Amino acid sequence: MLTLLLILLPLISGFILLLTGSKNARQIALVLSLIEFGLALFALSTLKSGAVESLNYNIPWIPNMGISFHLGMDGISMLMVLLSTMLMPLIVFASFNKTYNNAHTLYALMMLMQSAMVGSFVAMDGFLFYIFWEVSLIPIFFIILMWGGENRQKTTFKFFIYTLFGSLFMLVALIYLYLHTANHSFDIQALYAAGRSLPLVEQGLIMGAFFLAFAIKMPVFPFHTWQPSTYVAAPTPGVMVLGGVMSKMATYGLIRWVLPMVPDGVHEYGYLIIGLSVVSIIYASCIAIIQKDFKYLIAYASIAHIGLISAGIFAMNMQSLQGSLMEMMSHGINTVGLFFAYDIIYNRMHTSEMSKLGGIRGVESRFAFLFFIIVLSNIALPFTNGFIGEFLLLLGVFQTNMVAASFAGLSIILGAVYMLRAFQKMMLGETNSLTLHFPKLEKQELITLSIIVILIVVMGVYPKPILEITESSIQTLLQGIQ
Amino acid sequence: MKELIILSALGVLSLIAGLLKIKRPFMVVVIAGLLLNISVCVMDWNHNENLYNMMTLDNFALAFTIVSSSLAILWFIVANAYFQNSNTFSDHYALVLFSMTGGLLMVSFTNMVMLFLGIEVLSIPLFVLAGSHKTSMRSNEAAFKYFLLGAFASAFLLFGIALLYGSTGHFDNAGISAFLGANKLSGMALAGIVLMLGAMTFKVSAAPFHFWAPDVYQGSPTMITTFMATFVKTVAFAGFYRLFFLTFMPVRPEYALLFAVIAAVTMLVSNLIASAQSNVKRLLAYSSISHAGFMVITLLCMNNSSAGILLYYTLVYSISSIIAFSIFKWVKTHSAENEEISAFKGLLSRSPFLAVVMTFALLSMSGIPPLSGFMAKYMVFTAAIDNGFMWVAICGIAGSLMAVYYYFKIIIAMFAEVHESSEIKVPANLRFVLIVCSIALLALMLFPSQISSLI
Repeated sequence: MLTLLLILLPLISGFILLLTGSKNARQIALVLSLIEFGLALFALSTLKSGAVESLNYNIPWIPNMGISFHLGMDGISMLMVLLSTMLMPLIVFASFNKTYNNAHTLYALMMLMQSAMVGSFVAMDGFLFYIFWEVSLIPIFFIILMWGGENRQKTTFKFFIYTLFGSLFMLVALIYLYLHTANHSFDIQALYAAGRSLPLVEQGLIMGAFFLAFAIKMPVFPFHTWQPSTYVAAPTPGVMVLGGVMSKMATYGLIRWVLPMVPDGVHEYGYLIIGLSVVSIIYASCIAIIQKDFKYLIAYASIAHIGLISAGIFAMNMQSLQGSLMEMMSHGINTVGLFFAYDIIYNRMHTSEMSKLGGIRGVESRFAFLFFIIVLSNIALPFTNGFIGEFLLLLGVFQTNMVAASFAGLSIILGAVYMLRAFQKMMLGETNSLTLHFPKLEKQELITLSIIVILIVVMGVYPKPILEITESSIQTLLQGIQ
Repeated sequence: MKELIILSALGVLSLIAGLLKIKRPFMVVVIAGLLLNISVCVMDWNHNENLYNMMTLDNFALAFTIVSSSLAILWFIVANAYFQNSNTFSDHYALVLFSMTGGLLMVSFTNMVMLFLGIEVLSIPLFVLAGSHKTSMRSNEAAFKYFLLGAFASAFLLFGIALLYGSTGHFDNAGISAFLGANKLSGMALAGIVLMLGAMTFKVSAAPFHFWAPDVYQGSPTMITTFMATFVKTVAFAGFYRLFFLTFMPVRPEYALLFAVIAAVTMLVSNLIASAQSNVKRLLAYSSISHAGFMVITLLCMNNSSAGILLYYTLVYSISSIIAFSIFKWVKTHSAENEEISAFKGLLSRSPFLAVVMTFALLSMSGIPPLSGFMAKYMVFTAAIDNGFMWVAICGIAGSLMAVYYYFKIIIAMFAEVHESSEIKVPANLRFVLIVCSIALLALMLFPSQISSLI
């Protein structure tokens, strides 16, 4: 029931915001998303107390097609739900100093998206998962279309068609598995059983079809071409959700729907995907180095980090999976942090071209300091959350594939190159005529940045509680595979 | 029998109303009559009333009659203006109602003669209605084209029936089916089947006999186009399905591949051409053709559950079509008769209600959840893959993607572009139908099996 509530609350909030058209949409959205976060924490305590069954919700939906409305949570789902419900109030709060046209519609769409994202994290029925997966596309499409920047028509179009293209392959794979289940059911356990009984080549094809859908959404090279332009066109709240949470839907999907479903296929052909991910890391990092615009740099940096997560998932061992989940958390937080920093700079300077900026530290040192911590987390410095994730990931990948791990390790070095270079260009150096008048941070901005930085440091120093949430679930998952 | 009487009596009544010049209240009579028709169908459920071995009102026929009558009611409410503005309203009412009578024959025949009669009674009023904008060149062209090609198709159908009669010695479907099951398929019978297949393909506007549809849809008055895309499409498909289900099931392996090719080609070609259209009416015409391709898959995978899928698909598609066409018409009249996509620019600011409902319809047509168009396509794809036609499903997916491209051109025009133009007021009848249709699109997603396991 609690799980159902987690989906319904943002859904209802969305409609309330949409229909009332209130002028205080921001405040209402913040309060509602905080309540949602509270609910998620309550669910966490339920999970910790071992009452997993009470998080289960299973009623038949379309019985004659074997489709049920089955929701459930284990540690992996829990962590993702926590991530999305934690980021949403932060994203709403981060947009407090902005006034958007039709703000109530914007926040309503954000709430609807929250509902779909949480839904895809807790769905335990293949059909249901697909529905939530697709539904989450619609609000973000309209957010970018209605509040986006230049070229938004073209970019949203490309983004939508791209993601839909991948999803349809996943749909075919799901239908194929469904037809191979014992008595035609979409239940996750039935699908697992069907997938595992398939011959090796078919498992590989199913893995490919799922991976295509997820790889486009993450994104991984060479399916990433929609991402930079979409990130640049999207309004800040939209891009925060897109980079912070939506990309995790795909990585979560790999863990939930691919690994346990076609384990033999992953064993046999997984190295292809690890290879692709490593290429993705190096390629995106190199492109990030030559970017002139900070927003593009964040976009490519995001691809590089996601590539490492994807490699870790397909390495399929305890450390790599723990690392990938940890990295999903920290990537979500750091991405929101980076985009918020971008937003602060862009609102003041009306440019995010790095060569035009410089010396902001001399004008507003508090901002430079907080921004620096976010940057450090992105280059995985110890005592930041980025370090925990990347260290575990590299350790895990190393056990499975030494060559891949040694190339993937470049991500930290290259990451340091582009991130520090960006920091240096924008924050250090001579203060020029533009940055001389960099206005001081407002209270709301300071609070948001501080929350992000605190999260980064706390998770980096004491990651144990987070790792504990997922540990037993990953163990169960790995046992099921062997 | 009662259904047949109600529909024909309504047609005759409308002619009398024309004599007495009762114009405005007659709409109420028609809607009441159709509601009566629906309730009679509900009462006849499971009765399998057989009429002189010519037609049987089995559940299949009743379900399609209920669905098509409901669609017709919605259509009549939207098309109110079409009837009110014309001097010859009673003729138009009568023609539509007679056409509906033909539709009833088409969903319930058990004899080839009735099939042919049904098709003719359905089509001949449509030829006239297509040309009912007497002063418009395009309307005349549409009527003429539709009539000539329709006559060709009828000739094919008749010739097919004759060949089948020649080889089997039966006119009734059960007799032909029994004969085909007991004997080896002769070349003559196969030729008959293929000819009938061609004629029916023409009627449902599937490739390769779809060329008439864009011109006729574009030239006809928009409300008549709506009628053709919803009611006519539904009953034509029901007739098509019934013909092959009742008659040719024993020799299904002989022609199954033909259906697969028709479905695949229709889905690919029509969507490809539609992507290049800028005229919305023509675009919707091609979209209608492409949906015919998806519906053909249910004929390809004919088994006990496929009729339900066809019923669900036609219903969902028709509801979205009613929304799309009626909004198109209303927007067109408020944009200086502009039929291009540009007429939709900035619709969000001109009328948010219309923009949102139109988005519902387009999302449903492109098969994106949570609209029921997704469920319809899902059922069709599942049926195809289940029957080993994975490649047809893949073609369908490619088609759907292309479809997203052109549907989203309209959505993007509505939402993103700012257009300095007057606000659009939505009249009560249109608003009512749009709300009913939107709710139906969402509700059908939540409760699909209530429709699809009906028959």
